[in-house]
Amino acid sequence: MNAPENITAILDRMAEQLATHVSKLGDKIPAMVGIHTGGVWVAEELHRRLQLSEPLGSLDISFYRDDFTRIGMNPVVQPSQLPFAIDDRHIILVDDVLHTGRTIRAALNELFDYGRPASILLAALIERDGRELPIEAAVVGQHVSLKPDEHIKLTGPSPLRLEIQQTA
Amino acid sequence: MSASNLQIDSKGHLRHFLSISGLSRQLITEILDTAESFAGVTEQTVKKVPLLRGKTIVNLFFEASTRTRTTFELAAKRLSADVLNINLTQSSTTKGETLLDTLRNLEAMHVDMFVVRHADSGAAHFIARSVAPHISVINAGDGRHSHPTQAMLDIFTIRRVKGPDFGRLRVAIVGDILHSRVARSQIHALNLLNTGEVRIVAPRTLIPTHAEELGAHIYHDLRTGIKDADVIIMLRLQRERMQGALLPSEHEYYELFGLTEEKLAVAAPDVTVMHPGPINRGVEMDSEVADGPRSVILEQVTHGIAVRMAVMSMAMRRKEGATQ
Amino acid sequence: MTRASRQRIRISGGRVIDPANGIDDTLDIYIAKGKLVAIGTAPDGFSADQEIDATNRIVCPGLVDISAHLREPGLEHKTTIATETRAAASGGITTLCCPPDTRPVIDTPAVAELIRLRAEAAGMARVVTLGALTRELGGEQLSEMAALRRAGCVGMSNAGRPVTSTLVLRRAMEYAATFDLTVFLTANDHSLANNGCAHEGRVATRLGLPGIPEAAETAAVARDLALIEQTGVRAHFCRLTSGRAARMVARAQFDGTPVTADVAIPYLYLSEIDIGDFDSQCHLIPPLRTVEDRQQLRDALQRGNLSAICSDHQPHEPDAKSGPYPSTEPGASGLDTLLPLSLRLAEEQRMGLPELIDRLTRGPANILGVPAGTLSVGARADVCIFDPQRTWVVDSNTLVSNCHNTPFYGWEMQGRVTHTLLGGRLVYTSI
Repeated sequence: MNAPENITAILDRMAEQLATHVSKLGDKIPAMVGIHTGGVWVAEELHRRLQLSEPLGSLDISFYRDDFTRIGMNPVVQPSQLPFAIDDRHIILVDDVLHTGRTIRAALNELFDYGRPASILLAALIERDGRELPIEAAVVGQHVSLKPDEHIKLTGPSPLRLEIQQTA
Repeated sequence: MSASNLQIDSKGHLRHFLSISGLSRQLITEILDTAESFAGVTEQTVKKVPLLRGKTIVNLFFEASTRTRTTFELAAKRLSADVLNINLTQSSTTKGETLLDTLRNLEAMHVDMFVVRHADSGAAHFIARSVAPHISVINAGDGRHSHPTQAMLDIFTIRRVKGPDFGRLRVAIVGDILHSRVARSQIHALNLLNTGEVRIVAPRTLIPTHAEELGAHIYHDLRTGIKDADVIIMLRLQRERMQGALLPSEHEYYELFGLTEEKLAVAAPDVTVMHPGPINRGVEMDSEVADGPRSVILEQVTHGIAVRMAVMSMAMRRKEGATQ
Repeated sequence: MTRASRQRIRISGGRVIDPANGIDDTLDIYIAKGKLVAIGTAPDGFSADQEIDATNRIVCPGLVDISAHLREPGLEHKTTIATETRAAASGGITTLCCPPDTRPVIDTPAVAELIRLRAEAAGMARVVTLGALTRELGGEQLSEMAALRRAGCVGMSNAGRPVTSTLVLRRAMEYAATFDLTVFLTANDHSLANNGCAHEGRVATRLGLPGIPEAAETAAVARDLALIEQTGVRAHFCRLTSGRAARMVARAQFDGTPVTADVAIPYLYLSEIDIGDFDSQCHLIPPLRTVEDRQQLRDALQRGNLSAICSDHQPHEPDAKSGPYPSTEPGASGLDTLLPLSLRLAEEQRMGLPELIDRLTRGPANILGVPAGTLSVGARADVCIFDPQRTWVVDSNTLVSNCHNTPFYGWEMQGRVTHTLLGGRLVYTSI
């Protein structure tokens, strides 16, 4: 297992990589969307660093989870907020940890309920093993190897901290 | 089997939603919180979520009610469930035998949930006891007994307007308490949330015996009953009450119990006025009140969808969990 | 009426309780040619063909049940005279009175005859009938009471159907009095009852069930008592449910009005509370009332103002009880539990056993005016022998009635019939 680095350094590096992607879009302005809750915190940081003109969007994917009937949902689900049109938009989707890929699957489904984006690019603060779906991030902050019974969790919003926890 | 056992599974999750009585304050609060989440959904541009995709929900209405059925239908559709509306008048199923036959037939079509309205008190309980274990039953009104989703949407509306502390609220329910399943459910729910004072206001012909034991103070005079009230809930008056010698006339009822701006002056300055609809204008209240700034009648309708989405998804949730 | 046995039987060593003759003692009983020939000492030259050892058991007159619906003719999918008289025999009941709401109703001699013949063919219990007080129980025209009486009807009743017109009821009473017929009344003001299905009280309010106020019963008792006094008819109130109505009848009895009343078993043990969450087995009409009423009915029974306990046997097939509470058919099956539940009062109400047995034998026999309910020498040998200690659980294995719709399902009973003799013939034995 490699320990997570300093978060600020990771975020700076991610912003740099994303800037390259954004520059390729030319005059098309991308929109950034964070996934509740940790993904929104990461997205806020990246959004600030990239100085994107469109406001930041947020997705709460609770209603789109495929395990809803098994585990139920959080009592309070935040409404998703996408303060821009999705159609033909280049979207930067941001999450804190990319693990099984199921959260991203749910987020993609929800995004498509709002419209047909031109492209979606995935950025993840942490990428770990354990993918169950063919989903990969274009921009990764750091790859972390964890044992199956370990979990990495982002706490925040200020300061942002990464913690590795043993699953009970 | 008691109602609480019937409604709640071994893990404390909602199994059926039949009546407020038998539920814990914690569960009521969970329903309200979940409804709050869905209210967010219904306010966004995409109002539909895929939670109950592939599930089949049957609106089984033995008593006609376009309004209630529509809100249940909309709630189910916003959860992406398939919805089947079946309207059966009392005359076609007067015996339990045929009612059971109807249920068995629908069960054979692999239905996941029944939303039931019936003119007999206890019908939802009977159906919940009779259906296959994987099916959930939501009570959309049974006789004079219970109409728990209506009560929950009223409570939801009060909480949104007045905040979560019910302890400081005086709530007056005005009208035909005797025949009202809505009032019974509201009184239960308000007491469960430790409401400061629950009052019922009506002539004696429209108040059932031992009504105070439901947890309400009884008033026969409107002005006294709504004095300093923070919330006033007006109940719908059925026109047939005049035939049953329960009231002399709509005119006299309006004189004594109809809500007007002038009578409303004795209530708390920020009083909220509610009505489960549809309103008989000039009978329960005049238009000035119904359309006035204190009325949240249309909000109630909007909230009805979120509350029903919450109850449906919560009842549906436990099933696969129960088998694991 | 029923085949008498030629057998000579000695019932020995039992505690004989015969309230009609004030007997409560360990005695032997001698039966010959279907009749009781001696109590205590054997008649000269008596040699028993059969001996029944009743040691540690109680020997009493066969029970008389003042109200048992047998459902025949007309509703044989529920029960028949054959199935239910068999249940009666196993419950120690030797005389049953059948109300006139059969289909067709007992308003012609033919129907009364039919029931008598069917009961004789079954041979398990004596069945007497009440004739319809009004034609088709419609509450409008008088039935042919004299003809019904000749056909064996022991009294007249409208079987719970309304006689809305006070004038018609007055005339029906007068006409019945002409032929010395007792009128059996069900005190229920239908207009006040207003299609209710539960006592108008706490439980009905909570469950939102349409209520039947106590006044539905008391208003009817008051009206009926006024007419009884006016007409001088001998009258009987069936199945009182409220303490207030029982007191009204007690007052009338004190004033010398020729009126009697009974109570049905469920009302002595259950109350509105037992409806719980819409338990249709507790859907009875008239409805189960309050806990206070239940106690007052017990007190009135003890004082003798209520002089009979009946089963109010109303068997129903499962479908009839399966539905939303208000839509289910009212009534409970009761023949199987009449004796053991009555015996419970010995403990719960501190009633003496002879007093209790009086309410099950002499009391109802007097109301019906039938020669039954006694162990007098020379009387028909209708005898019930039971083991007061034996316990059993009410369930589908122990119930004999064809229908198991009882609110007492699953209850443990103490007291089980071991022998029932009808006219000196053993119609039930359980060792």
